[in-house]
Amino acid sequence: MKLEHKIFDVKDFASEMAKLKTEKHFDFLVTIVGEDFGEEGLGCIYILENTGSHERTSVKVVASDRDKAYIPTVSHLWKGAEILEREVYDFFGIIFLGNKDMRRLYLRSDFKGYPFRKDFKAEEGYSLEDDNEPDYTMEYSLKQDGTLQATQHKLFTDDDYVINIGPQHPATHGVLRLQTILDGETIRKIYPHCGYIHRGVEKMCEEYTYPQTLALTDRLDYLSAMMNRHALCSVVEEAMGVELTDRIKYIRTIMDELQRLDSHLLFYGCCAQDLGALTAFIFGMRDREAVLNCMEETTGGRLIQNYYRIGGLQDDIDVNFVKNVKKLCEYIKPMFKEYDDVFTGNVILQNRFKGVGVLSKENAISYGCTGGTGRAAGWHNDVRKNHPYDMYGNVEFDEITYTEGDCFARYKVRLDEMRQSVRIIEQLIDNIPAGDFYIKQKPIIRVPEGQWYTSCEGSRGEIGVYLDSRGDKSPYRLKFRPMGLPLVSAMDEILRGEKIADLISVGATLDYVIPDIDR
Amino acid sequence: MFDFSLITTWFDSLLRDTLGLGDFLSILIECVLVGVIILAAYAIIAIVLIFMERKVCAYFQCRLGPMRVGFWGLLQVPADVLKMLIKEIFFVDKADKLLYMIAPFLVLIGSVGAFAFLPWNKGAAVLDFNVGIFLLTAISSIGVVGVFLAGWSSNNKYSLVSAMRGAVQMISYEMSLCLCLISAVVLTGTMQLSGIVEAQGDAFGWLIFKGHIPAIIALVVFLIAGNAEANRGPFDLPEAESELTAGYHTEYSGMGFGYFYLAEYLNLFIIAGVAATVFLGGWMPLHIGVAQVDTVLDYIPGFFWFCGKTFLLVWILLWIKWTYPRLRIDQILKLEWKYLMPLALLNLVLMTVVAALGLHF
Amino acid sequence: MEIKKPEIKSIPYGEFKDNESLEGLVKELNDNGVNVITGSLDQLVNWGRSNSLWSLTFATSCCGIEFMAVGCARYDFARFGFEVCRNSPRQADLIMCAGTITHKMAPVFKRLYDQMAEPKYVVAVGGCAISGGPFKSSYHVVKGIGEIVPVDVYVPGCPPRPEAILYGMMQLQRKIKVQKFFGGANRKEKKPIVVTDVPKDFNK
Repeated sequence: MKLEHKIFDVKDFASEMAKLKTEKHFDFLVTIVGEDFGEEGLGCIYILENTGSHERTSVKVVASDRDKAYIPTVSHLWKGAEILEREVYDFFGIIFLGNKDMRRLYLRSDFKGYPFRKDFKAEEGYSLEDDNEPDYTMEYSLKQDGTLQATQHKLFTDDDYVINIGPQHPATHGVLRLQTILDGETIRKIYPHCGYIHRGVEKMCEEYTYPQTLALTDRLDYLSAMMNRHALCSVVEEAMGVELTDRIKYIRTIMDELQRLDSHLLFYGCCAQDLGALTAFIFGMRDREAVLNCMEETTGGRLIQNYYRIGGLQDDIDVNFVKNVKKLCEYIKPMFKEYDDVFTGNVILQNRFKGVGVLSKENAISYGCTGGTGRAAGWHNDVRKNHPYDMYGNVEFDEITYTEGDCFARYKVRLDEMRQSVRIIEQLIDNIPAGDFYIKQKPIIRVPEGQWYTSCEGSRGEIGVYLDSRGDKSPYRLKFRPMGLPLVSAMDEILRGEKIADLISVGATLDYVIPDIDR
Repeated sequence: MFDFSLITTWFDSLLRDTLGLGDFLSILIECVLVGVIILAAYAIIAIVLIFMERKVCAYFQCRLGPMRVGFWGLLQVPADVLKMLIKEIFFVDKADKLLYMIAPFLVLIGSVGAFAFLPWNKGAAVLDFNVGIFLLTAISSIGVVGVFLAGWSSNNKYSLVSAMRGAVQMISYEMSLCLCLISAVVLTGTMQLSGIVEAQGDAFGWLIFKGHIPAIIALVVFLIAGNAEANRGPFDLPEAESELTAGYHTEYSGMGFGYFYLAEYLNLFIIAGVAATVFLGGWMPLHIGVAQVDTVLDYIPGFFWFCGKTFLLVWILLWIKWTYPRLRIDQILKLEWKYLMPLALLNLVLMTVVAALGLHF
Repeated sequence: MEIKKPEIKSIPYGEFKDNESLEGLVKELNDNGVNVITGSLDQLVNWGRSNSLWSLTFATSCCGIEFMAVGCARYDFARFGFEVCRNSPRQADLIMCAGTITHKMAPVFKRLYDQMAEPKYVVAVGGCAISGGPFKSSYHVVKGIGEIVPVDVYVPGCPPRPEAILYGMMQLQRKIKVQKFFGGANRKEKKPIVVTDVPKDFNK
């Protein structure tokens, strides 16, 4: 989607955004992109969606004073904005007036400078001392005379029992850190700390040529490697006006669904592992290997495939691909029943999942929890249905939704989606048309000026890529919409008042991947 | 029926009569010998159990388990033990050093003490009091103190949460554990473990046959509660790996951790062993009332009967552990206080009625 | 007595790469002379240690998934004695650094290493842990964990295949087999080599 920004002034930004939300029902804040516009100043681009009509729009706001850039917050309109604004503050130093939590999100609290500004110079070296984190947050407001006023909010009271779950903890699926305030076994509040695997992928992309940037996408959310790359390829192809052949579209769709199968099988395994059912975990992983076999023959990679490229695919599918995928479909269908027998039907699992960690539909939309989490709450947010791409418009499949919004619904959504993935693959696999697998591109790819945003349905939500091109051979700003960040920001809301063991089941069913959050 | 007391009396007379030692010396020698045998058996059974668990769970999970160390992986556990013995042991800064040091031993004492009660064969019970069952439950509950102290003294928040969980869970489940044992006592009329076994010698005399419905209920409740008492999955909350890293022994390295590890497996064995003794006749062969068959069965030493039954129960508990996911702490307590304990109490009444009216076989 | 070359059961010695450095260690041991008693005890200790490597579950990114795959049904590292993954660093023998270490994670990683009980080993899995890998030019990535902790085995790949991880673990086993436990360890923690004369614009 080429973006035609609505441009708002900082002064009436807050009221205009409120109007967009209440009058035009843009109730889903897809993402906030911070950007250094150079001479123009620092600013943000807000991408909004109307969840009824699936219409999208974008809003641009620029603060001209680089040293004292501020923009009014929208966190009272969209709950998910709070953490997205923290991200922009962390990277660009734009202060959001009225946001209650203006701490750094990804970087250490003693980090100097704002890395995503164009004039940032990285310092050599790093510290092996522990980060001396502040135990308060800052809230900024504008005084009458135009100067900023800061207010401190304390994070903890004196008698809080605070446990750090993570960064090295088996249940956080990586290096997320959840600072949890406990009352006995009951959770009172969770402060998520991200950035333990922040690798600055977006900043690196600004120095790389377009084909080079592709290498990094697979390593964001390694369980939806194909989809990440798909989104980035699509946005560049759209910007350059490349028309793909049907063969490419078919293969991409099949590969995406295989990847989804792989990811959901791992999800099933990790759910079981987190709850202590190790046999079910290994069953999930065992069948995941079968899926990997199919992909590996064509792509050569197990986890990170590096298969798509701008204008098509790296290589044609393997001669046995069709046969093997069919075999896989036959193999995997009875396995779904086995999973239900081994794990889903278990009374302990039902007790652990049902009614636990409820996220309402309103909150899911407000936080922007896309993917299975949103669909479990009854929000129809499947990008494959709402903004069909490739072959998804031409195949039959159901968008799985539940209404409970609890852990069990989230779990069931994934299990049911696996069946739908198999259904999609079966419809396509016999009819892959002949044609080119790659549309030849120039050796140096230059994208015309403009801004684009394209999204794909990743394994755990909408993976979107925002591209701002100034006509160079590398992007001016490339931003990935993290699928996991809204999920993490919603954790506090979901878990308040629940038991500490529920944190495990909620974490398992939210199914976040940390490198995708931290990028 | 092979009677182990032949050997013990022979040895006693060897010391006293042949060698002419006095009371004090011969008893001292016997005690030391028995102690050494118990500890050796404890260690050997732990190794067997750990190996068994690894192989059993591997086959449940379509894996092979240890294969390379020794033939069929048989030397895997000795290698683990050797490594743990020489691993560095250190103290955590700001930990309560004394409590931190004695906690693993408390757990071990509780477990070895209970282990000594198991009647291996006719005449081969180390501790055999007239209040055996009573003492057994008393000694085994020392372990709770160890768990709690380990969690408290480690000065680690995970350990503390885990210690709280461990204490509350183990104390709760002891209740149904004892109630189930008492229902067995009601039926057999004795608290002495050897007496309970002797009482099961008739045709189909094992308690689960003799006491039919109430005894079967008692066995099932006993196994569930025992599983929780031994902190084994699905009740392994205190060391819930995915929640509390390693639970109350998070801060223990080397053999400190090794003791907890040993005790966990031995508790499993003890639970299975006590269940086998009380409900499945212990070393008593299965008598079916046909004299010839019974004689043949009697030729199999009681030791094999006991181990066979115990390992069967251990295997069932392993099966449960590797199949079920973990419960949550409030669910565990609900299960105990709302369901298991009332059930065990009712069952006790039922058993009393059965015993009083002579409704048993 | 003579220390033998480190062998792995049913895998030919020549199949392993980098035998020279291990043979160097063997030679060093043999040159200093090995007492029969301590030498035999050493062999026993090393047999125990090398066959019972419990790794800490420490995965920051992609490689962690491959590490999980090694533990599962198809690859099953339990066969070689790497069975147990401990979540507590106190009880682990081995830290498998699977994934990128960022500047924010570096103190945490160092602390985890410090918390482990001796003997402890480090395996750097994947390009990121070895040198920063694809993220070398980032402003927030440590260029190889060798800067922070002494590394025993490097397993290259992005991510390495499970077979490669198994191979790396076997190399570690071999390395442990030529260690000296009694009468002074032969494995000293060396300071990392810091190259200072790199030109400023090396990365550009």
